[in-house]
Amino acid sequence: MSDEIDIKDKAAWDAADRVADYEHGWSSDIETDFAPKGLTEDTVRFISAKKNEPEWMLEWRLKAFASWKTMTPPDWAKLNVPPIDYQEAYYYAEPKAKPKLGSLDEVDPEILRIYEKLGIPIAEQEVLAGVEGARRVAVDAVFDSVSVATTFRAELERSGVIFRSISEAIKEYPELVKKWLGKIVPMHDNYFATLNCAVFSDGTFVYIPEGVRCPMELSTYFRINAENTGQFERTLIIADKGSYVSYLEGCTAPMRDENQLHAAVVELVALDDAEIKYSTVQNWYPGDAEGKGGIYNFVTKRSLCQGKNSKVSWTQVETGSAVTWKYPSCVLNGENSVGEFYSVAVTNNYQQADTGTKMIHNGKGSRSTIVSKGISAGHSNNTYRGLVRVAPNAEGVRNFTQCDSLLLGSLSGAHTVPYIEVRNPSAQIEHEATTSKISDDQMFYAQARGLNAEEAVTLIVNGFAKEVLQQLPMEFAVEAQKLLGISLEGSVG
Amino acid sequence: MLKITNLHANVGDKPILKGLTLSINAGEIHAIMGPNGAGKSTLGYVLSGRPGYEITEGEVTFNGQNLLDLEPHERAAAGLFLGFQYPVEIPGVSNVQFLREALNAQRKYRSDTPLSGAEFLKVAREQAGALSMDMDMLKRPVNVGFSGGEKKRNEMVQMGIIDPALAILDETDSGLDIDALRTVGDGINRIMRKPDKAVLLITHYQRLLDYVKPDFVHVLADGRITRSGGPELALELERDGYKELAV
Repeated sequence: MSDEIDIKDKAAWDAADRVADYEHGWSSDIETDFAPKGLTEDTVRFISAKKNEPEWMLEWRLKAFASWKTMTPPDWAKLNVPPIDYQEAYYYAEPKAKPKLGSLDEVDPEILRIYEKLGIPIAEQEVLAGVEGARRVAVDAVFDSVSVATTFRAELERSGVIFRSISEAIKEYPELVKKWLGKIVPMHDNYFATLNCAVFSDGTFVYIPEGVRCPMELSTYFRINAENTGQFERTLIIADKGSYVSYLEGCTAPMRDENQLHAAVVELVALDDAEIKYSTVQNWYPGDAEGKGGIYNFVTKRSLCQGKNSKVSWTQVETGSAVTWKYPSCVLNGENSVGEFYSVAVTNNYQQADTGTKMIHNGKGSRSTIVSKGISAGHSNNTYRGLVRVAPNAEGVRNFTQCDSLLLGSLSGAHTVPYIEVRNPSAQIEHEATTSKISDDQMFYAQARGLNAEEAVTLIVNGFAKEVLQQLPMEFAVEAQKLLGISLEGSVG
Repeated sequence: MLKITNLHANVGDKPILKGLTLSINAGEIHAIMGPNGAGKSTLGYVLSGRPGYEITEGEVTFNGQNLLDLEPHERAAAGLFLGFQYPVEIPGVSNVQFLREALNAQRKYRSDTPLSGAEFLKVAREQAGALSMDMDMLKRPVNVGFSGGEKKRNEMVQMGIIDPALAILDETDSGLDIDALRTVGDGINRIMRKPDKAVLLITHYQRLLDYVKPDFVHVLADGRITRSGGPELALELERDGYKELAV
């Protein structure tokens, strides 16, 4: 309840309050070290060299690059994306004053100032100063392409948790990385994932050892800062047997006229009895009211519920980006494994989102839940696309899918494209879908009680999305609620 | 407090209010009665600023301010409350959240400090308790799954929390059983019968007026006030019907 939130987590409220209008629309003037513009084998070599990578990593990248050149972008989504000139972008940007990892004192004050402006609780004391009940969050902050600070590392290490930038992990834990990198999302999975394999610049690596419950929420904030810089993060999270981790990912990017490309890959693996909760709040620049500019977000997120009783839960609140192409999925190999997908996607003005999930049931008794809430306003188009597949040998599978769409105004579009492929007769699959508009009665009722039109829409939309929002950790839930309102500004009136 | 002068209003092309004049002073309770289709609910909507109603003539002032210039939420903040004939459901939004946001939006508009969660809950508990409403109901989504009577009682709890200067109550008595009618009547008296407040009761029936004694009763027929009087007029209407008196 709201009164509990503001008592328990004033810090989160304060951070959320700072998120107003698109206040993240500035770019800082930190000196940046660029890779030469364009994409060739040399770009790939440059990135690998910059990061002092071992030979096997460079070879892996080059193999991906060679494949990528032969591939074509997917065209099946309900998206209208102009051709992207991959030679016009920079693939690597690194803040020049590269801080040493370890202590916040060494981080460029300008970067810290930016994080503060974003409301990221990067400073340990800020988080610790949270009123009783506020959970602590360890932050691995990605500024453009380099991970600049990792907090709480020492405490995490005491419990055996490895929380690193992926670049560090490649050097420090090559065997673990080799074992899983590209195993959940194969190198040739799709155009954007393959591109990511070739040019990924940094990202996060997490390993939770057997039987360990990660003592705090882990968090990464991504931010695209430099002009014409694609951002290609790579995240790999391994939850060993009987472990648990909750991971938060937040994204903001400043205002830019040019479209910026973002093609991330996130791989999660949960072994026997392990659980991963992965939450995303994405408010990248959506472009202006005329549809100019904005981020192109082509992301491949997939989890492997490999062990028995393993569980992966995706929660996403997507309010930003001009184009979103994203299907966080679960491959449910383990017996009695569980996959969950909770999503709120908001589109306004000329935004386009084609998002959903895939639940691949290979394990006996595996279960999945899909709750998708799409909100479309302005001239935007919002598509839910989801696949539920049950393999022939998977006995006793259950799936429940609920897809709700809410329309604002008369120019926006909501589309639902569910694919259901069942090859085992014992499966129980349920699919519910609704489409509604905010009614004039609801609007007037809220206005007659004192809320202005924008506040009324925010309230009604938050109510519509509540089932998903309540899946978020509290720190994020408050910010997400505010973001829904902010992203729908100008959609009524 | 409220001064309506020669008010004309259309819905679409259809004139509904046709020269309505009415003054309400602080400390007074007025009842408006009339047959179906006379324009009673329209009057409530027009006064609270519902979109879709076109004012073609006349003026309305509320404490000296031109009411018709204000947006619906501004009218609420200025102290006007509309009790809905058919309270609206808002799925996923708890009563507590709804009312706290509404109340704080009003306070912000009036440059008052917002109530904290704890302060608000104290007020909400008092008001719910006074109307015999369980706090659990206040935690449920606004009007979702409420019976007709519960919805009306919820309107009164909202009125108690918001504490308006002028309440326009549109058929608040409809759908209530005898016990609920008494509870709601007691609520109106407790919250609104004060020297600095006023009430406009819109009703079909005399029975609510057994509990909430009006100072004035008006007959609204064909978009105009056709007759005004004291409480005895309501009894007369109950006995003779509108047809005898209205036109």
